[in-house]
Amino acid sequence: MWNAFWQYIFIFLLLMVIAMPLGAYMYGAFFRKGAIDRFFSPVERVIYKLSGLRSQEEMSWKSYGAALLVVNVILLGLSYGLLRVQHVLPLNGGKAENMEPTLTFNTVISFMTNTNLQHYSGESGLSILSQMAVITMMMFTSAATGLAVAIALIRALSQKGKTIGNFYQDFVRANVRVLLPLSIVVTILLVAFGVPQTFSARMTVSTLEGGVQTLALGPVASLEAIKHLGTNGGGFFGANSSHPFENPHPLTNVIEMLSMWCIPAALPFTYGYAVKKRKQGWVLFATMFVLFILMLGVVYKAEQAGNPLFGKWGLTTDGGNMEGKEVRFGIPLSSLFTAITTSATTGSVNNMHDSLTPIGGLVPLALMMLNNVFGGDGVGFVNILMYAMIAVFLSGLMVGRTPEFLGRKIEPKEMKLIVVALLVHPLIILAPSAFALMTHMGTEAISNPGFHGISQVVYEFTSSAANNGSGFEGLKDNTPFWNISTGMVMLLGRYLSIIAMLAVAGSLVKKQPVPETAGTFRTDTATFGVILFATVFIIGALTFFPVLILGPVAEYLTIR
Amino acid sequence: MREKNPRQSLLHPELVREAAIESIKKLNPFVMMRNPVMFVVEVGTLMVLLMLLFPRFFRVEDWTYELAVFFILLFTILFANFAEALAEGRGKAQAESLKKTKADTIAKRIGAKGEIEQVPSTQLRKGDVVLVEAGDLIPGDGEIIEGLASIDESAITGESAPVIKEAGGDFSSVTGGTKVVSDWIKVKITADPGESFLDKMIALVEGASRQKTPNELALNILLVTLTLIFLIVVVTLVPIARYVGIQLSTTTLIILLVCLIPTTIGGLLSAIGIAGMNRLTQFNVLAMSGKAVEAAGDVTTLVLDKTGTITFGNRMAAQFIPVGGATEEQVREAAVLSSVKDETPEGRSVLELAKQQGWQGEMAKYDHEEFVPFSADTRMSGMNIQGVPYRKGAVDAISHHVKQLGGRIPSDLKEKSEQIARQGGTPLAVSVGADIVGIIYLKDTVKPGMRQRFEELRKMGIKTVMCTGDNPLTAATIAKEAGVDEFIAESKPEDKIRVIREEQAKGNLVAMTGDGTNDAPALAQADVGLAMNSGTMAAKEAANMIDLDSDPTKIIEVISIGKQLLMTRGALTTFSIANDIAKYFAILPAVFVATIPQMKAIDILHLHSPASAILSALIFNALIIPLLIPLAMKGVRYRPMSSEKLLRRNMLIYGGGGVIAPFIGIKVIDLVLGLFM
Repeated sequence: MWNAFWQYIFIFLLLMVIAMPLGAYMYGAFFRKGAIDRFFSPVERVIYKLSGLRSQEEMSWKSYGAALLVVNVILLGLSYGLLRVQHVLPLNGGKAENMEPTLTFNTVISFMTNTNLQHYSGESGLSILSQMAVITMMMFTSAATGLAVAIALIRALSQKGKTIGNFYQDFVRANVRVLLPLSIVVTILLVAFGVPQTFSARMTVSTLEGGVQTLALGPVASLEAIKHLGTNGGGFFGANSSHPFENPHPLTNVIEMLSMWCIPAALPFTYGYAVKKRKQGWVLFATMFVLFILMLGVVYKAEQAGNPLFGKWGLTTDGGNMEGKEVRFGIPLSSLFTAITTSATTGSVNNMHDSLTPIGGLVPLALMMLNNVFGGDGVGFVNILMYAMIAVFLSGLMVGRTPEFLGRKIEPKEMKLIVVALLVHPLIILAPSAFALMTHMGTEAISNPGFHGISQVVYEFTSSAANNGSGFEGLKDNTPFWNISTGMVMLLGRYLSIIAMLAVAGSLVKKQPVPETAGTFRTDTATFGVILFATVFIIGALTFFPVLILGPVAEYLTIR
Repeated sequence: MREKNPRQSLLHPELVREAAIESIKKLNPFVMMRNPVMFVVEVGTLMVLLMLLFPRFFRVEDWTYELAVFFILLFTILFANFAEALAEGRGKAQAESLKKTKADTIAKRIGAKGEIEQVPSTQLRKGDVVLVEAGDLIPGDGEIIEGLASIDESAITGESAPVIKEAGGDFSSVTGGTKVVSDWIKVKITADPGESFLDKMIALVEGASRQKTPNELALNILLVTLTLIFLIVVVTLVPIARYVGIQLSTTTLIILLVCLIPTTIGGLLSAIGIAGMNRLTQFNVLAMSGKAVEAAGDVTTLVLDKTGTITFGNRMAAQFIPVGGATEEQVREAAVLSSVKDETPEGRSVLELAKQQGWQGEMAKYDHEEFVPFSADTRMSGMNIQGVPYRKGAVDAISHHVKQLGGRIPSDLKEKSEQIARQGGTPLAVSVGADIVGIIYLKDTVKPGMRQRFEELRKMGIKTVMCTGDNPLTAATIAKEAGVDEFIAESKPEDKIRVIREEQAKGNLVAMTGDGTNDAPALAQADVGLAMNSGTMAAKEAANMIDLDSDPTKIIEVISIGKQLLMTRGALTTFSIANDIAKYFAILPAVFVATIPQMKAIDILHLHSPASAILSALIFNALIIPLLIPLAMKGVRYRPMSSEKLLRRNMLIYGGGGVIAPFIGIKVIDLVLGLFM
């Protein structure tokens, strides 16, 4: 146990060492004119010139949202076309076939929405060109889209005006100033530890037994870098980050974990700088971190305890539950990976989540249901801000003032928009889950009927709704029903809340902030951290309490 | 908080009876629809009723259980209706007494040729001129255009002492329903029937014109959303549970839904709002809308007039200053003697100051001496004691007086009196015979307790700005003495609106009081404008609150009441939502345990049986509403303190309490039910 403890402490410290300066860097990159600006401007000017995008014009939330959707739709269309004809395009050494329509639908949405739910297997289903031009490209653009939304909302909370910035500028800056430089660093680190980076798709080797084996290869390291930095999670190979070419070494494991965690963890600090209240950022970070630690504790403890059935059959559970885990990572780093990948809604996996113990499996599920414990690049931070506004709204009245967040009153108009984002998440998880469990189309995909079956189905939709993309696997999900239903859920989960929160930003930015006085509800105190925690727990978690009871908890209780 | 008119106690039997009847009337679904949360409960209740009526069709096995559920649900709604009806009832009782004063009167309308015709007051229109004589009720709101009269306004203010009103100036407006006690006036009617001040007041206290405030609307949106979310949770639970072989009965689902949706705050929300308005009315302040009360809680800047609000306005003796060769004792003695029979506030303040300083003379022995009252001609007053004139008055008047008597002017008189004037005070010279012995320093005095009030306001995060016509030096002195944060000296009426606009541009919410016509624009501009009932109609029209007692300091209590209203709403919302944790832990294991016996493990309350567990949660959910009615009506306790302390305190009581209370409550109810089941 102490071994795990120190490993965790080491990684947490590394996270802080990365996230705090990264937060400051992103503040500089998006909000200030300075050295960062001068360094990247020439490159960006070329991009604006080539693309014809105008970066100077300030946008209302409507034009910002429209620009976001247009860019996303265009990329979606291009990608759909590419995947449908990849067979005849170059760089197809692995002879990948054209993708089937519903699977293509699911795949392009999956990557555009930062979900990366994969109903295909990368080794056989995609050409090298598709991996690069579709998968890797979308990994950048979807993460940049999310970051842009967060930056727009932070901007709305830190200044007063009529506009929330320029989408093209935020989008290009997110790519050029944040994602690209970080990806280059991470790619090099990964290559150094043995992750392949090549244009050749296949390699034939003779094994020790004298047999012949074909190994799938490709530009893995570069994809792996943005896969994690962009909280994307879609693997080059079907086995994702448990595959030895994607994640060969405990250190690459650490690099990948920190890569996916660093941007979501840095955004509270960026926010703290932007609103000129560093403590405010710390409170949000601390609240998310406490939630994270609790969840991590549960999954680690559950996995370490092992499968109780083993005990009944007279087998030892001393080693904990190693089913579905890689020996090179062990229980501590597998548990941590699971917690990070679902809290940061990346969705890459280094172990089989379907094989987690029932309570261990509850943790990734719960983290995705909350969707605000760090969360995906940008959107996770937008979610925790949304919960902060709800927390302010519910308890802010208790100081005898109508609720305000950073001096901006939360009124019916904002509330109407916030509740859209609040309502959509449980709706698109529970409704399709219920439908799937009611119909043959849904139930036939379940590999383990009973309580675990509920977990499998709910996991699939939760992962889609939270734009996480990890699979519980075990679910036979490459059918038109699952391709289309999860596709719809991913779209709604991504864009409805993005548009609603951009509208909130548009409304907040116009408000004259009320100056802070002794009577102001302070949101940069430990008290507020506790209130935020309780709000997330009661509003976010209790919604899913019944289904968690019937799924993982019932499974746990019945095999105990 | 002081209460002006201690009216009926909260649970006056008559009020309770009326409210009980009202709460049944309110079951009408079309009325319930305005409250979506409780409407969902009503739909659930009707569904259970249907199941009871057609047990075979719905395959009801144990009708006693359904019957119990039906009644608990029904009472949940009735309790919520009762809370609202009770709050409304208190307003209605007040409205009744107002309506009595509205009885039709016969007005003496003056026609175009000056003839007087008798018409019912309901036929008066804007612009009509009426004659009102001693003993008449004033037939409608208006402005006095001729005459002067003392008017009994007790019907509206509850204050029995008559007030003097006259044509012109800031005291020319009269209110319909009040009574002329002496003299006569001609009044130009300014309001059509049905739009008068009294009509508005009745509508206000009755709650007839009550509209949801912005914060209530926003809270309602959130409550409806939570209701929708839990509706989704409950509906989707059916197929999910069926997949693992659990059949959930409709009754169980209705119970689960009702327990999870925020019925506590949903049921009490409108009662809290109405009760807040009532508290204000009881305090003799009329708010034109609930929005104004809410805004009062949000106020961050308070703009106050110096005179009459912060200070008494009339000048009081503060110091006796000798001049020439006199001693302070001599000045005091002379000042007292010149004021013994002086009944003006200044005169009385001289005696008070002297007593404070230890003067112990006999007043009775001067009863037979000759009193010389103040006259505009001499500008001084005093007494002749055994032929010696004791006088006090304006410095130049007294100087003139002693010169006439052949006296000299002390060399330091001019300097000392000018010094007082510079500090904003008024110097009164005092003479004995032909000698000027000293000066009385008259000063505007800060009302007792104001300093502490402003201190409290500062703790609440409210900045006070004092407006005064005084010169900057005087203004600074008073500002320092009263402890206001900022002051505007030599301010003209139009400065007020400028100050308000400036503060608002900085994002502040501004409250102010006023009474004059030239205050009207500022009252309208302010977020909370409190007009004095004694003020002009224009000021009252522009304001969003009216103080019937015409006490400008009341604005501070108004702010407290606004804050208290918001706090009560927040506290009960937090409580209501925190309750869900316990309800889940009571109901969910009970629902699933029949199919999955191992679920017993999460029944952390160890409840008697599944049925008793479910009923206990439902009963708790119903009972908590009437238990919280007193809190909703009276409001949570509020003492001025920093928001951080307030929040921690309230969070502990209502958040922490909200988590723990239902665990205890449900367990206790279950223990009781266990005896019967």
